Amino acid sequence: MVQLSSWGNYPVIDAHIHRASSIQEVKNYLTGAFIPRGMARSYGDSALFSRVLDMRALHQFHGFDASTGILTCDAGVSFDEIIKVFLPRGWFLPVTPGTRFITVGGAVASDIHGKNHHIEGSFCDHVVSMSLLLGNGDILKTSPTECTDLFRASCGGMGLTGVILSVSFQLIPISSGFIDQTLFKTRNLQETLTCFEKNASYTYSVAWIDCLAKGKNMGRSLVMLGEHATSGSLTFESKTRFTMPGLFPAQMLNTYSISIFNQLYYHRIQKPFHNSRVPLASFFYPLDNIADWNNMYGKAGFLQYQFVLPFASKKGLELILEKIADSGSGSFLAVLKTFGKGNKNLLSFPMPGYTLALDFKRNAKNMRLLKVLDQMVLFYGGRLYLSKDACMSESFFKASYPTWEKFESVREKYDAHGHFKSMQSRRLGLL
Amino acid sequence: MNIVIVGAQSAIAEAVYKKWAKPENSFFLWGTNAEKLSSLSQDLNVRGAGHVYTAVMDAKHLEEHSQVLSESLDKLGAVDLLLLSYGVLSNQSECQQQIDSLADSMTINFLSPIYLLTYFANYFEERKSGSIIVISSVAGDRGRLSNYVYGSAKAGLSSFLQGLRQRLQKSGVYVLTVKPGFVDTPMTKSFRKGFLWASPDKVAALILEAFEKKKDIIYTPSFWRLIMFFIRSVPESAFKRLRM
Repeated sequence: MVQLSSWGNYPVIDAHIHRASSIQEVKNYLTGAFIPRGMARSYGDSALFSRVLDMRALHQFHGFDASTGILTCDAGVSFDEIIKVFLPRGWFLPVTPGTRFITVGGAVASDIHGKNHHIEGSFCDHVVSMSLLLGNGDILKTSPTECTDLFRASCGGMGLTGVILSVSFQLIPISSGFIDQTLFKTRNLQETLTCFEKNASYTYSVAWIDCLAKGKNMGRSLVMLGEHATSGSLTFESKTRFTMPGLFPAQMLNTYSISIFNQLYYHRIQKPFHNSRVPLASFFYPLDNIADWNNMYGKAGFLQYQFVLPFASKKGLELILEKIADSGSGSFLAVLKTFGKGNKNLLSFPMPGYTLALDFKRNAKNMRLLKVLDQMVLFYGGRLYLSKDACMSESFFKASYPTWEKFESVREKYDAHGHFKSMQSRRLGLL
Repeated sequence: MNIVIVGAQSAIAEAVYKKWAKPENSFFLWGTNAEKLSSLSQDLNVRGAGHVYTAVMDAKHLEEHSQVLSESLDKLGAVDLLLLSYGVLSNQSECQQQIDSLADSMTINFLSPIYLLTYFANYFEERKSGSIIVISSVAGDRGRLSNYVYGSAKAGLSSFLQGLRQRLQKSGVYVLTVKPGFVDTPMTKSFRKGFLWASPDKVAALILEAFEKKKDIIYTPSFWRLIMFFIRSVPESAFKRLRM
């Protein structure tokens, strides 16, 4: 038994963890219910259960077709490894989140999204096929055209349909290891949203938003837009600059310190816009430079809250931002982005609209705040990202992911019930 | 560079040689499981390695060991680097009770590698070039009650390498002895992991660095040099009473 938690350091549970080093070992582990796990970068309890199967040792590349850019690899291969091997050869991930320390299996299970969602959709939109180990021990190939129901349930299915063994997906060609970045400094929410609208043709866009700014400053942001540069060497350079100590005094993070940080961060950019050429790593993975940054929130851990609201609910976004600013609890790096169209995957998070992600130190006050935010998100037709969630209620989940029943019927059909479970799936009332 | 790896399935070795996967490098992977070897070879191909060959071998069959060199030469034409990375973590109490287990353990952990080292050393010596990297263990630095069978095999291996290094240095052949401490690999699956444990990736990075700098003996991570210094410094009269 070991003490186990994911990136939010909450919850912490006692679990039995087994590292699979062959497919046979994965099969052998089917003797009881478990959840497969990659690099545990989901924040809450979606990769936690009393029995956990660590898939990281299954990490071989199987094939790469340079004429199509399709890569096939084990689910345990990390994005970091893919970048190190393929970037120098002129290929990059079709979709990447804000960290490269995730596995391909995790990317599929979370149907992760990135700064290019409004154009490229989420990761699973680039998956050609995958092989899945079912609860009965069978291995099945599934794709958008083969066992489509299983594919739609497994993409974004939080590992609850079977064990993802290997995945074929599309890499994109690039000719530089750099991004041409344009930075806009906006003064309020309206300007920020207009900035997204006006620049929708940019491949990458995201805004850092100051969640503590109130009144006429509410929603002020730094909007970052990016395109792959067409010149510059194909090198990937990234070093861990700093490791957050495990005993970082979390009291240092309070309304005052965060407010000062946010002011400095916002005012560091003097002009209303700013162009620069930056390395891929610093554009996509700024936080990867600080190893274990999650320790910054101390022993109690933190909750990351990410919701999406449909475009029609702009009012809801304003009210939620107001609520957060009033609470004074928001975090350093709150991230706002507009999503493009969603996909047909049953539990995928993105839908057309605004998504906001921010951290909250875990304490009673913030837990109460999140309950209030839950109600607002639900009222305005939104939902929460399962990979970040640690406390959503069953009723909220079922109301905001109405396809959950379809998801359950696919799980039943493919023998997943009783085999694949997480603390999150139990909390959300999935069998 | 033509690289021969014996024990290619080892988590440490894997993390090392994947870094060498470039068009100018070809590989011959030896291991015990044909399926695993084929998957490792696919991986190297995707990473852009030159040619990759694989074959199954059994460390207990000493009489077949000369074929490791001959077959490798047959396929690769020449060999520039040998990486030995295999062994079994002997079950100490079983080795005390069953002499066959003891013999197997010594064969796999000591005789097999020194057979291979002898074949390859003679080849490298004649060629006046080549590099040898061997994964030994800190367990060889002092015999201990809990694993002196494994430890003595690794002690023998480490001593053998010291002599070999002296012999080969005038021929320009480089020998690196790697002494890992606790590494979180399939070999140590059943152990409880604590702060002394390192990941195979970490150990691999240290091996690559040592190889670049042409170091002779490394402890991975390096704090094990200090730990083993203290363990070796305890007088035997006191050490014999310890239970470790």
